[in-house]
Amino acid sequence: MQTNPASYLGRNRPEPRYSNDRLFWGAVLGVLAGGLGYAALRTSQGRNSVTDRPPDSAPGRTARRSRFGRYAVVGRTVTIAKPRSEVYAFWRDRSNLASFMQNVRSVEETGGLNHWTIEGPAGTEVYLETRMVEDRPDEMISWQSTDASDIETQGKVLFRDAPGDRGTEMEAIIAYVPPMGTLGRWVAKTFQAEPRMQGRRELKRLKMLMETGEIATSALRNSPS
Amino acid sequence: MRALTWHGKHDVRVDTVPDPEIINPRDAILEVTSTAICGSDLHLYDGVIPGMMSGDILGHEFMGRVVETGSKSTLKKGQRVVVPFTISCGACFFCQKQLYSACDNSNPVPNQDVTENLYGHAISALFGYSHLTGGYPGGQAEYVRVPFSDVGPIVIPDGMEDDEVLFLSDILPTGWMAAENADIEEGDTVAVWGCGPVGLFAIQSALAMGAARVIAIDEYPNRLELARTLGADVIDFKQTRVLDALMDMSGGLGPDAVIDAVGMEAHGFGVDTMLDNVKQNIGMGADSAHALREAIMAVRKAGRISIPGVYGGFLDKFPLGALMEKGVQVKTGQTHVQRYLDDLLRRIGDGELDTTFLISHRLPLEEAPKGYKNFRYNQDDWTKVVLKPGTAAN
Repeated sequence: MQTNPASYLGRNRPEPRYSNDRLFWGAVLGVLAGGLGYAALRTSQGRNSVTDRPPDSAPGRTARRSRFGRYAVVGRTVTIAKPRSEVYAFWRDRSNLASFMQNVRSVEETGGLNHWTIEGPAGTEVYLETRMVEDRPDEMISWQSTDASDIETQGKVLFRDAPGDRGTEMEAIIAYVPPMGTLGRWVAKTFQAEPRMQGRRELKRLKMLMETGEIATSALRNSPS
Repeated sequence: MRALTWHGKHDVRVDTVPDPEIINPRDAILEVTSTAICGSDLHLYDGVIPGMMSGDILGHEFMGRVVETGSKSTLKKGQRVVVPFTISCGACFFCQKQLYSACDNSNPVPNQDVTENLYGHAISALFGYSHLTGGYPGGQAEYVRVPFSDVGPIVIPDGMEDDEVLFLSDILPTGWMAAENADIEEGDTVAVWGCGPVGLFAIQSALAMGAARVIAIDEYPNRLELARTLGADVIDFKQTRVLDALMDMSGGLGPDAVIDAVGMEAHGFGVDTMLDNVKQNIGMGADSAHALREAIMAVRKAGRISIPGVYGGFLDKFPLGALMEKGVQVKTGQTHVQRYLDDLLRRIGDGELDTTFLISHRLPLEEAPKGYKNFRYNQDDWTKVVLKPGTAAN
């Protein structure tokens, strides 16, 4: 239990032993839920209901719905205190990607295609082959998987000057078709079950590497002791 | 090496653990010469901070001699340095604005998820504290790995004793920033809750910044006496109604600024404290905040609240109405230690600040568990414990 990150929110102590209290709190929660339901009903009958909502300025992937046709979409924006050309060049060099993407073992480029070797479920490897769709220096790179890939996916990264000389705002968006079976469960685990988490972790590592030259670790030693 | 490790509530031990190694280019390794037990270590000792793991090495107030350096460290072997408890990269948006304790890059990525969900943003890393703040092995040990050693540590000139400069690591700048956050003006009356080390340094700092009157609140006679020797008036909350006293002692106006140097384990008489403690004990992530509630009630209209005390979770019965209707300003946060080091080192050297008056006990590292126990349960006599890893146990 103590090595599970989920236990961060718990305590390293036994569960409380209040069986009767559980009934009591259940009743309390029931009353509270009833109250909330009543309040929600009152609110929904209020005067200010809106039926037609024009699009707002937020990125589509932050919409309250999470599917866009067959695709699930994850994405995240990060500000990196480096010039746009430098961030673009680092990303454009595919051999850099494995240095901050946790599950990516290697990315090789041959014949205009990128070959990704990704750590899959239970020691397996997931193969991904992508071709560049668009490459606008210092602005945008987009890619799409080929039929040879285990996963159908497309994505892009956008580079913008951050306001106030804060460096570069880099936005990464990845859309993928959730596969079935074992692979599907693995994809769900790495992307969906921890929504936004995997992507945001990769971008944080990229930011660390570009801003500080290293990726922070609290380990005591290089090798597990 | 030997190190003080955490194993659960009220269970800390000195264990033999592996020596640290250089991992990243900007790392350095120190041989620790002095390290203190901090009041915030008691929150760990009492088990009220989430994200601790058995075997964690504690300690975030430490100094020592450089014994190894990474290829990009700017330190040299043999230098004596004090290390800030906040770990900061020096390069991110926050570090460049000298908001070092908000560093984006020091907390290892997997450790950021919890606070990103809990607080809306991932918080930065600290030495020897919860895994929410990185889980970095701390300095209550013979050796410690110091990341970003080109940004954090300050080199100490020969001729200054460890005990004079050790508290640059945390409590001295924390007390200083607490007073700075109170935006003290000449002639102010400032009330300080808690006469632990941070409270005492906040009192000293407030007077140095021009406060006309500082009123210190605690229950322990020895701690109140230390506050008195610094020049504060004192209130013993066990014998005095604090709010009434503060109103009278500030001419009916209320203190211009208030400082909560107590934090999440406040104890007082109120019903609020009892309810807070119940929720804290059943793991609801609740803070006990009697001191903060009282401080909000006490501060004058349009006054200023500074909160150096540590909180981790949620609070109810929060007097938000008083805060808004009185037009009060609140400033808080972990200390931007690196910002204050040069100035405070100079003030120590010039004799403007006394940094050793509060040390009550010096112990070998091997006796650290005794230090924790007494710092926790004999607060009146044990005001500050400094551990000396280089000295033999009795």
